[in-house]
Amino acid sequence: MTIITRPASKPADIIKDASMSKQKDMMARHYERLSDAPANGEKVAATFVPGNLNELLMCFGFANNLPEVNAIQSGLRKQSGGYVMEAEKSGHSEDVCTYVKSDIGMMSKGNIGPNGRKLPDPDVLLLSYTGCFTFMKWFELLRQQYNCETIMFHTPYMADGKITKDMIKYMVKQLKQDVIPKLEKVSGVKFDIDLLRAHLRKSAIAEEDLVWVLQSAKTKPSPIDAYFGGIYYIGPIFGAFRGTDDAIDYYRFLRQEVEERIAEGKGPVTPDGDMGQERYRLVVEGPPNYTHFRQFWKMFYDEGAVVVASSYTKVGGTYDFGFRHDPVNPLESLAEYCLNVYTNRNLPMRVDMLENYIDEYQADGLLINSIKSCNSFSAGQLLMMREVEKRTGKPAAFIETDLVDPRYFSPANVKNRLESYFQMIEQKRAGLRGAA
Amino acid sequence: MLDVPASATAGIIRRCEDLFSDLHFSTARAWKAAKPGRKVIGFMPYYVPREIIHAAGALPLGILGGGDQLEVIHGDAYYQSYICRIPRSTIELGVSGRIDFVDGMLFPSICDVIRNLSGMWMLMFPNTATRYVDLPQNFEDDVGGEFYRSELNEIREWLGGITGQPITDDAIRASIEVFNENRRLVREAYTLRTDEPWNVPASELYLVMRAGFVLPVEEHSQLIRDYLASVRDQQRPIKDNSRVVVSGAFCEQPPLTLIKSIELSGCYIVDDDFLLINRWERSDVSTDGDPLAALSRAFLHDSHSTPPKYEPDQAKKGLYLVEAVRKHRAEGVIFAMASFCDPALLDRPMLQDILKAHGVPQIAFKFAENSGQMQPIREQAGTFSDSIKLWSGA
Repeated sequence: MTIITRPASKPADIIKDASMSKQKDMMARHYERLSDAPANGEKVAATFVPGNLNELLMCFGFANNLPEVNAIQSGLRKQSGGYVMEAEKSGHSEDVCTYVKSDIGMMSKGNIGPNGRKLPDPDVLLLSYTGCFTFMKWFELLRQQYNCETIMFHTPYMADGKITKDMIKYMVKQLKQDVIPKLEKVSGVKFDIDLLRAHLRKSAIAEEDLVWVLQSAKTKPSPIDAYFGGIYYIGPIFGAFRGTDDAIDYYRFLRQEVEERIAEGKGPVTPDGDMGQERYRLVVEGPPNYTHFRQFWKMFYDEGAVVVASSYTKVGGTYDFGFRHDPVNPLESLAEYCLNVYTNRNLPMRVDMLENYIDEYQADGLLINSIKSCNSFSAGQLLMMREVEKRTGKPAAFIETDLVDPRYFSPANVKNRLESYFQMIEQKRAGLRGAA
Repeated sequence: MLDVPASATAGIIRRCEDLFSDLHFSTARAWKAAKPGRKVIGFMPYYVPREIIHAAGALPLGILGGGDQLEVIHGDAYYQSYICRIPRSTIELGVSGRIDFVDGMLFPSICDVIRNLSGMWMLMFPNTATRYVDLPQNFEDDVGGEFYRSELNEIREWLGGITGQPITDDAIRASIEVFNENRRLVREAYTLRTDEPWNVPASELYLVMRAGFVLPVEEHSQLIRDYLASVRDQQRPIKDNSRVVVSGAFCEQPPLTLIKSIELSGCYIVDDDFLLINRWERSDVSTDGDPLAALSRAFLHDSHSTPPKYEPDQAKKGLYLVEAVRKHRAEGVIFAMASFCDPALLDRPMLQDILKAHGVPQIAFKFAENSGQMQPIREQAGTFSDSIKLWSGA
């Protein structure tokens, strides 16, 4: 039986609901575990959020360190700008991904994690190459730094919108012949497929509750913000907790909290408290900006705009289409999971998904946040915008920021664009009323 | 217009220049129109199995962006601020109808931009058959090799669907032989440039090789033969230039004026990674047995190292560039990379470290296919050449 525990930390001046505080506690514990890993004799694996094989890594006792999450933490703490510039000073191009440069800059400054303690060097780099080309170069760069075992796990692209038997076969072979033997070698632990099944069983339970929470935004008013708030919600399952009791506990707790909000007719919790009247329901495509996260969010909730669905919360898995980790076919299931991550889907699939979101979540339109760093997301988004507008008749808008480089977040421009966009929605509504 | 001697070479280069600057692809259009039922298959950098296209009786047509002559009007409307230029100009080629005669398009897995462009093509040009070519990043025969063989088989079936004819193993083997011959000639031309760079200027060789992206392969092989014969028949003055390798332009191509500017600044380009597909396989691909397995083996074990490919062995990372310097007796490396090119720019610091460890001088700059201002390039490359002359091996 899972025991639901209340979070230990108290909400600070930024208002968080209890699940957000609980999530923060989990992340804090995880970073302490990472910092303590060398002293505790724990081995550390670094890997990526899309294609994160946390259940497999747990079979070998690895603590899972995710460089993207570290970059996000640096962004939220206003440290990434300095790290990015540090990396650029050492020869990294201003044109490339700022997650990479934040990570490299952080390493050059002692690799201090968000808990203020040094993050351990990884014992293995699990290069889960899923949906993003940059991942490959990122881990080649880290391999040069750490000189440790590096395991490539190549996920084919879902270019034709389908998963073929050959794709699964290729991936399972990589797992059997390369990934698992190398993880055994580094950890000194023999692979136990039944342990993997047990972890996957737990993943599926948490995934069920996550999907319920994300789909609760179909309710009017939406009890959650599925982009800014959604980032808190995906943290445990996209990170180091998928397949654990902690994740089951967290998502059950979150679900209960959201159920309560629906019963009370409440909208999402924002950093300034409960959101006021819901005026605009949006679907958002693309990652957020993290260096001005709160300011960015405020531009939405000040106007009564709530994000009811987002693609970014699918970057670590598209569970809302029915996929669940399957303990009966464990390796095939890991392959299918990687194949299904959002950025591994071709553009027509992504357009279909956004179009459906607008319909299913009764959204007023689509907003695209085009990220300078991330061509995996950004290349083609303007065409996606046109397509979604054409198919739904709903207005769309396009803004440009970056993940963790503060130089590419221009608050005045973003706010101006958003305000114009909300006016556009109002005009569209007025037009519809006039026609009725 | 290039400064070439008044000889047979001049005529060949003039023809290549015409092919290069023809953004309506008249030659490929004429090839298609010459016989009913002919098909043209476009492909983007850096590698696709052209042998299978040829075996289908179709013309492989390289789509390498719009260069510096194409005004991008529509293409910019499809892209955000920060991105390389080749997808913009490729969209422009499509929207403006310049490649409306192309029956199918292949997009290899070189980076996220080209990958996503495959999906854009599906949405924008639904009447053109479009396919992404997934290339393995696992180099074991029974893992990545098997996967790639199945991918090649899917390409074979896809092409068969376009032409209406199944593609036999014998036809693929015959096409492999035709491309083997072409690659032998390409290698011969590059070797001659290494030995006599004053007789085979990079700007000239580039045009000869670029012609291979629009001409049928048999015609291109003859063109190389003619070019080699003509340059062997002449002797141009030897200059006191530095010998350099140019690295990083394996996708978006530099403007021809950039290549020429490097040369004019006092450098002989003795190796490069422009148009890498024409010498992708370093030796002949086997024509024995299963031809798809042969192509797969060649990709896995006998192809060039380049940033879009994963290097499984840390000890070997970037050594291909050191080897290129040694093999071509170069004195330095110029990193010329397209702005916002993720594979090239993310790889660059690692390659620079390797070169530094081996004492190879280097410089780096970025370009776009439509870069117009060459004076800074000439100054930078000229200073680099001078520094090599003055300080290297002192």
